[in-house]
Amino acid sequence: MDRAATAEKIAALIAPFNKKGIAVTDATSFAGDLEFDSLTVMDFVAEIEDAFDIIISMNQQAEIETYGQLVDAVVKLQG
Amino acid sequence: MTDLFSKFDPIIAQRAGLLATGITDPFGLVMEQVISPTVALCNGRETILLGTYNYMGMTFDPDVLAAGKQALDDFGAGTTGSRCLNGTYSPHKDCEEALKTFYGMDHAMVFSTGYQANLGIISTIAGKGDYIILDIDSHASIWDGCKMGDAEVVPFKHNDIDAMEKRLKRIPEGAGKLVILEGVYSMLGDIAPLKEMIAIAKRHGAMVLVDEAHSMGFIGPNGRGVAEDQGCLDDVDFVIGTFSKSVGTVGGFCVSNHPKFEIMRLVCRPYVFTASLPPSVVATAATSIRKLMHAADKRAHLWANSRTLHQGLRDLGFQLGTAEPVSAIISVIMPDLERGAAMWEALLHEGLYVNLARPPATPAGMTLLRCSLCAMHTAEQVQTIIGMFERAGKKIGII
Repeated sequence: MDRAATAEKIAALIAPFNKKGIAVTDATSFAGDLEFDSLTVMDFVAEIEDAFDIIISMNQQAEIETYGQLVDAVVKLQG
Repeated sequence: MTDLFSKFDPIIAQRAGLLATGITDPFGLVMEQVISPTVALCNGRETILLGTYNYMGMTFDPDVLAAGKQALDDFGAGTTGSRCLNGTYSPHKDCEEALKTFYGMDHAMVFSTGYQANLGIISTIAGKGDYIILDIDSHASIWDGCKMGDAEVVPFKHNDIDAMEKRLKRIPEGAGKLVILEGVYSMLGDIAPLKEMIAIAKRHGAMVLVDEAHSMGFIGPNGRGVAEDQGCLDDVDFVIGTFSKSVGTVGGFCVSNHPKFEIMRLVCRPYVFTASLPPSVVATAATSIRKLMHAADKRAHLWANSRTLHQGLRDLGFQLGTAEPVSAIISVIMPDLERGAAMWEALLHEGLYVNLARPPATPAGMTLLRCSLCAMHTAEQVQTIIGMFERAGKKIGII
């Protein structure tokens, strides 16, 4: 799946977690802008993992702060 | 200068806000005198202890106390040394023998605390390039063990067999895998479907570590824990346990049948770079462990207590952590921290001590009043406890 398609799929998965309905760009941060707490992060990561059949380990999660970084990581993890 | 403590400001404010309501500090309780495994003097009031993890009531067992006193006389107050230098005395080896017999396993290694046992074993055996697959509700010592090591850490939803299997399937071919589970999860007092989970872990070539801290002594035909109870202890590679619950003192351990297990004594840093337990502590532990092997009557009474309290609290209308009593922990779910703290204080005024548990220790941001029963609680005490919950619950408006 290319970056655009991956980004679109992730954006759709973010929607139910985007309580304030903010506009999501590559620079949107999960903790700051989307106000994800640790429990939300867990549920969200599980959804991404299942949707793309990948693992995003805690170690990798620590490097991902923004939507753009997540899209890049998922593109890479799909190989 | 940046004050390094400014990161704690939110919790300082939350705590100040709670105490400003005039409530007794739930995290500042002092016991002036401990009368028995089930009763202590708190603020001058005789208080029933229902939050101590003293499941089998071994803290005042006469044989246990005698063994400790003898070891104090024979070996002194402490070892002043690491287990692998000058800190191994014959009572340490005897304690490890008692553990091997208790679990029917080839190897036993005693750590200074249960926290260190998880920290040490997990961080040492799962290294760079290996994968740890663990339940998201795992104890802090398990998480810290993961954080201290170099393995990739992959959590899955609590007790979710499918979520665990999906993640195991996605791990790269050939990578080392360690699945970490607990027998009893101490916050809600629920148990894991170990039989199914361990079978799947083995099918995917993973080694399995099970923390049985909250089940030792009373779950399973020989008190070996949930894995024994579900008939899958033989498939567990490492059992982690503690002396600070049913055993009644302090310390931690790992038992295993792995043929190379003894090398841990040289490579496991939380074992090597700390002082060993005082000889009196391991002597009390060894005596207690051996007595726990023949404690069927106490086990039966503890289960009766658990069933009675669970039924009593449910009948009163409290929301509990499990639908059925499956361990010695009965967790009462509070609507929020404020009312949880008020209920905790009302119970203390009634003469009952329970644990107030709050995030981040609890799952899903819950506030809990955690009750842990003891085999030494009498049937009358359990009825008294139910009455206390009724009065306090009505006073605070929870039931």
